Amino acid sequence: MAIDNETVKRVAFLSRLKVEDDKIEPTKEEFNKILQWIEELNEINTDEVEPLISVNNVNLRMRNDEITTGNCREDILKNAPSAEYDYFAVPKVVE
Amino acid sequence: MAEYIIETAKGKWEVVVGLEIHCQIISKSKIFSGASTEFGDEPNTNVSFVDAGMPGMLPTLNKECVHQAIKTGLGLNAKINKYSEFSRKNYFYADMPTDYQITQFRYPIVGEGNICVDLSDGSTKNIGIERMHIEQDAGKSIHDLSPTKSFIDLNRAGVGLMEIVTKPDFRSPEEAGAFLRKLRSILRYLGTCDGNMDEGSMRCDVNVSVRPYGSNEFRTRCEMKNVNSVKFVMQAIENEAKRHIEVYENGGTVEQETRQFDPSTGLTKVMRKKEFAHDYRYFPEPDLPPLILTDEYIDSVKNEMIELPDAKKQRFIEKLGLTAYDAMVLCENKEVADFFEKAAAGHDAKKVANWMMSDFFAMLNKKHLEISQSPVSAENLGALVELISKEVISGKIAKDVFEIMSETGENPEKIVEEKGLKQVTDTSAIEAIIEKVIADNPDNVAAYKNGKTNLAGWFVGQTLKLSQGKANPQIVNKLVKEKLDN
Repeated sequence: MAIDNETVKRVAFLSRLKVEDDKIEPTKEEFNKILQWIEELNEINTDEVEPLISVNNVNLRMRNDEITTGNCREDILKNAPSAEYDYFAVPKVVE
Repeated sequence: MAEYIIETAKGKWEVVVGLEIHCQIISKSKIFSGASTEFGDEPNTNVSFVDAGMPGMLPTLNKECVHQAIKTGLGLNAKINKYSEFSRKNYFYADMPTDYQITQFRYPIVGEGNICVDLSDGSTKNIGIERMHIEQDAGKSIHDLSPTKSFIDLNRAGVGLMEIVTKPDFRSPEEAGAFLRKLRSILRYLGTCDGNMDEGSMRCDVNVSVRPYGSNEFRTRCEMKNVNSVKFVMQAIENEAKRHIEVYENGGTVEQETRQFDPSTGLTKVMRKKEFAHDYRYFPEPDLPPLILTDEYIDSVKNEMIELPDAKKQRFIEKLGLTAYDAMVLCENKEVADFFEKAAAGHDAKKVANWMMSDFFAMLNKKHLEISQSPVSAENLGALVELISKEVISGKIAKDVFEIMSETGENPEKIVEEKGLKQVTDTSAIEAIIEKVIADNPDNVAAYKNGKTNLAGWFVGQTLKLSQGKANPQIVNKLVKEKLDN
């Protein structure tokens, strides 16, 4: 599988990343290098190998249903580029 | 069930509908964080750093959300999957701080199931459930506070959701409406979701397509997002089906698109075309290993299951002799069903049901009260029915007693005793009244004797009136005839 320039543009759009026109070609090359490397893995026979579901070979830890946090609005809003009336304020988004 | 066929000058059409319903899980804290799920608090107060998407914060699954999901799955007669996993669904929207939603994709926690719905003609239909998965809710955007900005409240971000996906089994708006009502009833019985569509704790996406009547094909469907009442869902199906038919009959093709239902017009308009459709690029959530459930755990949840509306309805019909309709109405809401059972205990259940279906519900409606606020307790309603069964009071007097009960909350025996409303069954007392009526109305007596026998009813009425409604009507009936025919 090889990536073309259109795919680079589409992935960039989906990721909301701006890729300048002169960077599309080099980005495509990089993508293809990564894919080629991954394709090498296909050469290995894995018929007898259980699929690896998670690299942390642990069971899912669950928490009890308790309220342990909250009421920290100031901290939550501290990183917001803009906040008004205790809300995050963003450019108008109406779909 | 009467078929829902849309007939035009050019032909007959059938509608094919599937629903996706998002149900907020009832839990104290969010599905992946320890922030409160309380609705209506000050903006951004119930938000943890996990919900706000701060770098490095890790989700931890809430046990209770899993428990509630299994209960719901069992309530949908569905398969509980011992293996399920979480995925990231990627999209950008201002109320989704992480830019991905943690959801379940390939392996949901609940598999295929079904729900039986009750239709207006008394028939039932089974609707297939495709799957149910758990995921996190997004925050809330407020668009009308400023002309240039949207405001975001993350209190809802991270609240647990169950997304129920049905099979495309609906063939009419009515079936979809009946399904939503039954689903809401089951969720409320189970206490896993409060089912309030107007508050957004249950939200419905509607998929509609049409096909020529009698065909088995599936044509292109359109999706209406977040339709927020049962009535609107039914309206959306009806109008969207009409739109499709018009397109086809004019030689056009329906495009797959997401549409928005406008409650003010009942019509739908395009929201998003297919070419702009989201590309969610799902991938396994690296922060959460798979969710593995044991048989022991699933069995323990099974043991917690309570009697659900269908089983209760069946029992009311078979064991208590109720009609299917009365049983259905009384079982829709668990509080109502519990009230009925309490009222009916030891008394004539069918009579208690009649009282609840008529005077009792009418009283609650008139006073704008929930059943939990009823001034008439279940015990007192049962006692009132008992007084009628034992012929202590007549049905007519019982209505007056009920009036007083709904004002004062007093028990009926006390009211009957204090107001002297006991039915007169003493024949000599009744005979005396009848004799008086006969003596006072010689003209009518003569007319009766000359063949106007339907005047007997008039004599009965006069006698009851004179007794202030306390004379036993059956006895009056019998005695009036005897006296007049003498």
